[in-house]
Amino acid sequence: MSEAITRAHHEEWAGVVAALNRRFGDLDTAEESAAEAFATAVERWPVDGVPPNPGAWLTTTANRKAIDRIRRENKRFDKQKEAQALIGDDPPEPPGAVDDDRLRLIFTCCHPALAPETRVALTLRLVGGLSMPEIARAFLVQESAMGQRITRAKAKIKAARIPYRVPSAEDLPGRVSGVLAVLFLVFNEGYLATGPDTDPVRHDLTAEAIRLTRLVHGLLRDDGEVAGLLALMLLTEARRPARVSATGELVTLGEQDRGAWDATLIAEGHQLVRERLATGAAPGRYQILAAINAVHTSASDVRDTDWSQVVALYDQLVRLDPSPIVALNRAIAVAELDGPDVALAAVDRLEDALAGYHAYHATRADLLRRMSRVRESRSAYDRAIELAGNTAETATLTRRRDQLGQH
Amino acid sequence: MQYLVSVIADETYSATDEEMAATIAFNKGLQADGYWVFAGGLTEPSTATVVDNRGGEALFTDGPFLESKEHLAGFWVMEAPDLDVALELAAAGSKACNRKVEVRPFQ
Repeated sequence: MSEAITRAHHEEWAGVVAALNRRFGDLDTAEESAAEAFATAVERWPVDGVPPNPGAWLTTTANRKAIDRIRRENKRFDKQKEAQALIGDDPPEPPGAVDDDRLRLIFTCCHPALAPETRVALTLRLVGGLSMPEIARAFLVQESAMGQRITRAKAKIKAARIPYRVPSAEDLPGRVSGVLAVLFLVFNEGYLATGPDTDPVRHDLTAEAIRLTRLVHGLLRDDGEVAGLLALMLLTEARRPARVSATGELVTLGEQDRGAWDATLIAEGHQLVRERLATGAAPGRYQILAAINAVHTSASDVRDTDWSQVVALYDQLVRLDPSPIVALNRAIAVAELDGPDVALAAVDRLEDALAGYHAYHATRADLLRRMSRVRESRSAYDRAIELAGNTAETATLTRRRDQLGQH
Repeated sequence: MQYLVSVIADETYSATDEEMAATIAFNKGLQADGYWVFAGGLTEPSTATVVDNRGGEALFTDGPFLESKEHLAGFWVMEAPDLDVALELAAAGSKACNRKVEVRPFQ
């Protein structure tokens, strides 16, 4: 039974919130009535059995809760919406209406007029259905602070009239990329958690990010970047079982036990990458990153990695996104193809931009180590350890540094 | 729905002829498309007088109520159906007057 409720929560939450928001024009009412409907399901379903159409049952129940709520609070609301809400519980929906509603909700939560951290919190709450304590824990902030942030955001959406609609075709690519940035942020926080007291890899967050990206992919089938981000997440998540060693260290891609990788996720990720390649459309950032990860996950031994392909894909990415972090990752691949000295020259050019970034120093330390420049390598490790926020990563860097010979 | 679009300027205060011309053209567009409610440019903050009559006797103080690097240089009041439209208009307005702007909804 609890499994049926969890599944309904995963599958129906966003749709229930979205339908109620459309009907009542108020995210607070939508969110709280949805939460009440799920609480009622937890009470009723074990007694009455799971209804044949859980989504419709939940929407109907939430709708009644919302009407009760409005009557109780004697809230004035739009007369037309009131009439609409009171006529029958389930006016017939045109096909695809539920999907459209969920998309509207996602675009509202990820609106560019909201602060980026607020977009993440709102998306997890209203689309993902995570509770306030869960979201606060995910981002290591006080529950009250997270609650305030969400409350303020809902008030702004209402007062400033952030529209509840799918953006026009002309604005869509820009707005979709805003949604994907939110999902990628959630995934990355899960894959390399930054807190000193959290697990190094937070499966709850990576799983939630994948679930929401699957949802968006289901709604925007033809969007290459959505498919690209989903593939990227799947191919990254596939390596999670090999990512942290028994002693709690982060294991680099080259040293991972590839037999522990999740073959099902890899197959699904590869399939998505192949589908995108087959369209012949110019790939965006996420599709290129997915393709790079497809090359890595195609090699059953690190020595079989097609590094020239990886570097070629990074070249393509640099043209789209000439950021220093992309240049750093390209240099790591260049080290495998052309040697650490060529890579180091490229990395050193990034010092001004990346001096405060732990991965810059970790990469330099590794390249210098391979070139037997021990003293310089040691000080680069020191700096990387100082800046790294992930416990497992710090452990790896510390061991590497301590294994350098005495010079 | 009405939005206040405030123009934020730093010390380099006066608009150039080009900025003035672009702003006038933008205003005409607002009027033609039905978004215009009101707009105005303001003189320098040092010309402001603060008045406080909460205590029964009106006190007049020279200068702006807030000393800051950035000032309110002017504003539009626009009628727009939602924030997306208001933001789009504000972006065009910011380009025309060559200043940052802040969009804030009326109650």
